Amino acid sequence: MEHKTLAELSKALQNKEISSVELTQFYLDRINKFDEKLNSFITVCDEHALNMAKAADARIQSGNFTALTGIPVAQKDIFCTQGIKTSCGSKMLDNFIAPYESTVTHKFNEAGAVMIGKTNMDEFAMGSSNENSYYGAVQNPWKNNTVPGGSSGGSASAVAARLAAAATGTDTGGSIRQPAALCGITGLKPTYGRVSRYGMIAFASSLDQGGPMTQTAEDAAMVLNVMAGHDVKDSTCINKDVPDYTSNLNDSIKGLRIGVPEEYIAGDIEADVAKCIEETIKTLRSMGAEIKTVKMPHTKVGLSAYYIIAPAEASSNLARYDGVRYGYRCNDPKNLEDMYTRTRSEGFGDEVKRRIMTGTYALSAGYYDAYYLKAQQIRKLISEDYKQAFKDVDVILTPTSPSTTFEIGAVKDPISMYLTDVFTIPANLAGLPGISFPCGMANNLPVGVQLVGNYFEEAKLLNVAHQYQQETNWHTMLPEGYSA
Amino acid sequence: MQIDANEIQKIGKLAKLSFDKKEQEKYAENLNKILDFVEQMNQYDTTGITPMAHPLDIAQPMRKDAVTEPDVREDMLKLAPEANAGLYVVPQVIEDKES
Amino acid sequence: MSWEPVIGLEIHVQLKTESKIFSGAATKFGAEPNTQACAVDLALPGVLPVFNETANRMAIKFGLAIGAEIAERSVFARKNYFYPDLPKGYQISQYELPIVEKGLINVAMPDGTTKPIRITRAHLEEDAGKSVHDVFPGQTGVDLNRAGTPLLEVVTEPDFRSAEEASVFLKTLRGLIRYLEISDGNMQEGSMRCDVNVSVRRRGAEKYGTRAEVKNVNSFRFVEKAIEYEIERQILIIEDGGEIAQETRLFDPSRNETRSMRSKEEATDYRYFPCPDLLPVETTKELIEEVKATIPELPWEKQARFEADYGLNTYNASLLAQSKSSAKYFEDVIEISKAPAKLVANWMGDELAAALNKENLSIAECPISAERFAGLIARIADNTISGKIAKTVFEAMWNEANSTADDIIEKQGLKQITDPAQIKAVVEDIITQNPKQVQQYKGGNERLFGFFVGQTMKATQGKANPQQVNAVLKELLG
Repeated sequence: MEHKTLAELSKALQNKEISSVELTQFYLDRINKFDEKLNSFITVCDEHALNMAKAADARIQSGNFTALTGIPVAQKDIFCTQGIKTSCGSKMLDNFIAPYESTVTHKFNEAGAVMIGKTNMDEFAMGSSNENSYYGAVQNPWKNNTVPGGSSGGSASAVAARLAAAATGTDTGGSIRQPAALCGITGLKPTYGRVSRYGMIAFASSLDQGGPMTQTAEDAAMVLNVMAGHDVKDSTCINKDVPDYTSNLNDSIKGLRIGVPEEYIAGDIEADVAKCIEETIKTLRSMGAEIKTVKMPHTKVGLSAYYIIAPAEASSNLARYDGVRYGYRCNDPKNLEDMYTRTRSEGFGDEVKRRIMTGTYALSAGYYDAYYLKAQQIRKLISEDYKQAFKDVDVILTPTSPSTTFEIGAVKDPISMYLTDVFTIPANLAGLPGISFPCGMANNLPVGVQLVGNYFEEAKLLNVAHQYQQETNWHTMLPEGYSA
Repeated sequence: MQIDANEIQKIGKLAKLSFDKKEQEKYAENLNKILDFVEQMNQYDTTGITPMAHPLDIAQPMRKDAVTEPDVREDMLKLAPEANAGLYVVPQVIEDKES
Repeated sequence: MSWEPVIGLEIHVQLKTESKIFSGAATKFGAEPNTQACAVDLALPGVLPVFNETANRMAIKFGLAIGAEIAERSVFARKNYFYPDLPKGYQISQYELPIVEKGLINVAMPDGTTKPIRITRAHLEEDAGKSVHDVFPGQTGVDLNRAGTPLLEVVTEPDFRSAEEASVFLKTLRGLIRYLEISDGNMQEGSMRCDVNVSVRRRGAEKYGTRAEVKNVNSFRFVEKAIEYEIERQILIIEDGGEIAQETRLFDPSRNETRSMRSKEEATDYRYFPCPDLLPVETTKELIEEVKATIPELPWEKQARFEADYGLNTYNASLLAQSKSSAKYFEDVIEISKAPAKLVANWMGDELAAALNKENLSIAECPISAERFAGLIARIADNTISGKIAKTVFEAMWNEANSTADDIIEKQGLKQITDPAQIKAVVEDIITQNPKQVQQYKGGNERLFGFFVGQTMKATQGKANPQQVNAVLKELLG
């Protein structure tokens, strides 16, 4: 069963080869067995999930089902779920039970998917290793004591270890794609505005976007079909028809123009990773794609712009955690100032505080122009780079991450950690869709390749990834010890 | 060094975060590293470039003026660290502002 | 030494929408605490603002009414600071690109002059909640019903030179927003709140002095008092060789004075930046035309028409035009009574205004309808009653619901005596009864004429037509 993709499970459910209750129990058992070590879940919804599975089975019986009806899905603990704790990986929200449902989880509920649990993550989605969680680090199932990437590390680890048929993630600077790469799964960050952010706890509002994390591109297409779409509760969610993302998966990629930025080729990439990427390019070329070099002169500095813009927005977005209306409040506050300061100093972890401090500084009087405004101008230049590149090519290919996974605790310096997102960040700055999918192994560790497409061209990215997955087997690999 | 422990305290005051002496030094070092790193931006001339605040180049959508939200006070007050008589309760505000 | 005060105003106008500016919660005044605060107003994690189109239209309507520029593109920014009544830790407010800029309001002053006041800008923002300080000992309660109520902040240039100008302007502004039906403009309920910037400079000086900002002055009278106090305070300091501190002050209505709140030096750094949850608001020409079509005849347009059509002076015309209901009352009375407009204006300005003031009523709450009032005015105009008798009739009408002037005149026999023979008979009687006074009058004491008029009026219980009495007396006394 653990070798089956979501698409296969969906068929099995519809053909009544298996019930949703059985499938849910199967995953719950696996969580029981493996998650003590992986720590990929913050909350496991045993009873709730089985009840949802029963309802899903009834729907399937009645013929009123969708492709995801009965499928056990893990939700990143950043999506507010009514009646079930939503912590965002933070002590600040350890006691928070939302009285409302995020649009994304609502859509899964409507589709009849089963929410099996809420996955671990870097606190407030700030991190690239999932070490910044109040609930402890998450393990990458591919190697003992290594990180799954972040911030959607719990989701990546859970899907890689087959603790759920699919998971959701959110991506502000690579938080879907980078952990997908490090855990050997497929992760898609849609175009900014494709998926509603309502009820998705904000990190950096102009960059955050939710998306699917799955075994295959086909699975990702099926999950995106549920997640995408207009939402009147989110002013930044685009009112544009949602295509069926599965409908052109099987299109040939013959003649597809793939751009490879010359700047990335020269970048600091681990040799083994670079080798896998070269192999991938060869494979894609052999499948009929045309490889072209493109110039993206400003993307290098994207990381700098990002580490001003994201903290600036975050410093403001996280001001609401003040101990007044919900969440953590410090004990025995002496006065208002003491309540604010101790609540926030005790409730937030180190990295979150670092970003709030950076962002506060970047927006403060006298520094706004030099940092925030400059970063917004760089952002514009990066966006222009893409615009220019997409005149000549259909998608842009880079590694997802410059390295494979690393040991928990190995990267201590914040800047070195930030550098792991160097390839994923530019797409967030421009608001473009990006996908990461497994493209090889380096020292028995998964390597991911990233494709960035033009606005709303998720279908094309999924098509290319799916076609690649018809030619290769990287996406079917299961880490050792995780077979039933 | 652009930022020292003193500056960290000042920024912390704005952000309502406090740090002990050791932390102040650590955050000062971290922030300086980050600021040094983002210095790269100055290698690019951005004169005349319109700042891009948002990836979407569309206008703000609007909603009709209608009351759609019911009274949810009881649900909301349950989340509060402290509430009394329908009000959220905080330590006394030193009155420097009248509402 | 002569000093010139320089005053500017910032007025927060609560817009009269059904729902909040960024959420679908209700905005009714006086609801139980926190019953009108939804997840968005409370800034729960993950919730997002969606802009209320009516708030936008109201701001545009205001801008068009004062001849301002309406921005094609306005941008909401975040103003970041911590306060318990500010749930998000920031206020969403139009900062660099407001919806309305560069308007003008001409204010009709009581002395008949017109004072032009430039409006720098008017921008949309959200209101904060309310802190309740006196309920729990040592603690503060927070009511977030008001959080997210749409506000239009109107900022003037420092164009005022006296407290009176500021106060008359505020009344004019209130009149305007009520005309436009965008706000209740009720200072007591806080739907219109005023901050005052005051500085003084030596007359003739070009540079402005250092200003103090007085916050939340909640009535027209307080605005005048606060300004007067500030002017005096600042002049005293400077004349004493001191310097004015740039600071925020609070008006204390119980002592009629202002006191320092916090100085600007330690003012918070608000770290404004464009709100990434909202996109730029684009205002199309079509929308502007659409809103323009909903603007009624404005107070100053009415005022000009009243001056031209009815021959009223500017100030009287402006008073009548200040509210839609008083203007309508005025024109209804003219229409029904067919009486001269000046007579109507005088009666509305004197008797009616005094009676309303005494009971603290607005014209909309007037116990005498325009129709009934027109009945009274008609009888004055056609000489059925004299002005003096009319006051008695007015009083009776005020106290007796649904009574008409005609009923009261009839019942109390107040009809004016205009029969020349009847008047002549009374006058002849008076002359006969007062031979001594007649002799003195004829001997040159012309002041006694009034005595004869008084006697005649007394004899007729004030009902004789005064003009006729005068004529007859002149004739008979020679």
